[in-house]
Amino acid sequence: MPTSPSDPSSPERAVSGPAVPDLAVVGAGPAGLAAAVTAARLGLRVALLDAGERPGGQFYRRPAPGLGAERPEALHHQWAAFATREAALRAHESAGRITYLPAHHVWTVVPDGGRWTLHAVAGPEERSVTLRASSVLLATGAYERQLPFPGWTLPGVVGAGGAQAMLKGGLVLPGKRVVVAGSGPLLLAVAGSLAAAGATVPAVVEAASYTAYAGRLPALLRNPGKLAEGAAYGSALLRHGVRLLTRHAVTEAHGRGRVEAVTVARLDGDWRPLPGTGRRIPCDAVAVGHGLVPQLELATALGCATRPGADGTVALELDAGQRTSVPGIWSAGETGGIGGAELALTEGELAAFSLAGRPAPAALVRRRARLRAFAGAMAAAHRPGEGWTGWLREDTDVCRCEEVPAGRIRQATRDLGARDARTVKLLTRAGMGWCQGRMCGPAVAALAGETSSAAGAAPDRRPLSCPVPLRHLAELPQDPH
Amino acid sequence: MSRPTGDRSPRALVGGAPRATYVLRFDGRGLTAESGQSIAAVLWNAGILAWRTTREGGAPRGAFCGIGSCYDCLVTVNGRPNQRACLVPARAGDTVTTQEGTGRADLAV
Ligand SMILES: Cc1cc2nc3c(=O)[nH]c(=O)nc-3n(C[C@H](O)[C@H](O)[C@H](O)COP(=O)(O)OP(=O)(O)OC[C@H]3O[C@@H](n4cnc5c(N)ncnc54)[C@H](O)[C@@H]3O)c2cc1C
Ligand code: FES
Repeated sequence: MPTSPSDPSSPERAVSGPAVPDLAVVGAGPAGLAAAVTAARLGLRVALLDAGERPGGQFYRRPAPGLGAERPEALHHQWAAFATREAALRAHESAGRITYLPAHHVWTVVPDGGRWTLHAVAGPEERSVTLRASSVLLATGAYERQLPFPGWTLPGVVGAGGAQAMLKGGLVLPGKRVVVAGSGPLLLAVAGSLAAAGATVPAVVEAASYTAYAGRLPALLRNPGKLAEGAAYGSALLRHGVRLLTRHAVTEAHGRGRVEAVTVARLDGDWRPLPGTGRRIPCDAVAVGHGLVPQLELATALGCATRPGADGTVALELDAGQRTSVPGIWSAGETGGIGGAELALTEGELAAFSLAGRPAPAALVRRRARLRAFAGAMAAAHRPGEGWTGWLREDTDVCRCEEVPAGRIRQATRDLGARDARTVKLLTRAGMGWCQGRMCGPAVAALAGETSSAAGAAPDRRPLSCPVPLRHLAELPQDPH
Repeated sequence: MSRPTGDRSPRALVGGAPRATYVLRFDGRGLTAESGQSIAAVLWNAGILAWRTTREGGAPRGAFCGIGSCYDCLVTVNGRPNQRACLVPARAGDTVTTQEGTGRADLAV
């Protein structure tokens, strides 16, 4: 491999240590971190692997220590919930109860004689690491759902959560005047942080209507904390003069080489842009996202059963003890349906009790039920309407990696009879690039006429959860089935 | 909280100062990096939003998802192509170059 600078002869490193841990947790976000420290407290030996350099996942992302932030909590809500768990992680690590492996990206989990073997690539050198464990908890979180629009590949158009992640982790902003657009409560948090960090946010453009919450008052009233959080975001936005435009969408980003303005149009109830309602808002960046998508590739590769969610995404089917349908594999957090950090913490702890064979504390069970109900209400309110494809032009790239425009996907469905995302992918290469359809999957499915209520709504299957150097694949034992 | 806009910045919000700053070379330019920032953060900080071009259209791209899932931020670091700039920490002495097309990928997928 002449263009690979890493050393192909480096031996595979096994980190199973003296004893095979009882539990391997994949993901050190709120769910995985809570699960790992609770399981360790309940007596299990735990290995905690995460692709990132520091624990915390997406929500508790914070500046690297080298950045010397005095008040990292200024970018966060509920910082204490994280700080206590991180302290517990360090204590369990010193006591040898948790082996914490940051910068380890697990790319496959395979059954191994009643146990599991996890394969990871570690560090910037992409070292190959394997680890065995008696049971596995998948807490791999979510990534953002993106619906394309003309101009969304221009530099300056960035994910809303991505802008938040870059701000929290690197103390940087994509621009000075940032339109925040898409759908979901994350937009309010993102607009609030960008404004607090000095950006001008001319508008938050929300495709759904917040009146959709009105029909779901019971779930809201059971979650006063969430209401207070919403009110806090709302008042922060007011203070910074941010306008909230509901039932609106960015239908085009304009600029040469980078974003200079967006067109914002009103939508009908199905998210179809209403002709003649477009107006331009000058800006130098757009932070966009249409909710989150559970990250399931490790789980679906293992055959874990899934269920359609109210937001149109697919999540894992889990029992009261956070077990997947595959014995020995547990899951918690966004993988079981998008629900926020507090729910992820709750489910992580619940999973630990069930892994340790202990009865779950009633308060945890109640909290999960309450937060799941809220998540369901939110998911339904922000589910994309089918009319959004009305803002695509034929030449709008849908697949960013392979540069496949909407016109070619429509042609595949119209002239070549493709009825699902898989067939479209084979005919057009949409979803075959580096990101393996993470960015275009939901859009391609919609263009192919798939609705998630259809029986065939299965999550994208990706053979690997990240690109893996070929030499590691060659080392993998043959299919154990 | 009612300070004028000019005083607001990510740094003002979290306080403190970086442990070290150093220079990273980007296409021959020197950019100031703060220790702990990813390569993408250093580039954003310098107002640079694009650092690669696509294989088909030669279109400019930079960081999009910010969390390592989109692979839009691929860059060549110290001669090594296809590094995700949003994940790779910038280090003193790094040379970063615009990546054109595939960057001679050895990616397995
Ligand atoms: C980009 C982004 C920004 C967000 N910002 C906010 C915000 O500002 N406010 C808010 O309320 N909510 C935010 N959210 C939602 C938030 O992520 C969730 O509410 C919460 O973090 C869920 O916790 P979790 O533990 O389920 O998942 P996550 O926090 O997503 O944690 C998952 C962890 O798993 C790791 N991982 C994933 N796959 C692998 C693998 N194969 N191998 C090893 N490790 C792996 C990841 O590195 C990550 O650390 C954001 C989401 C995203 C995607
Ligand atoms: S910005 Fe998406 S992978 Fe780096």
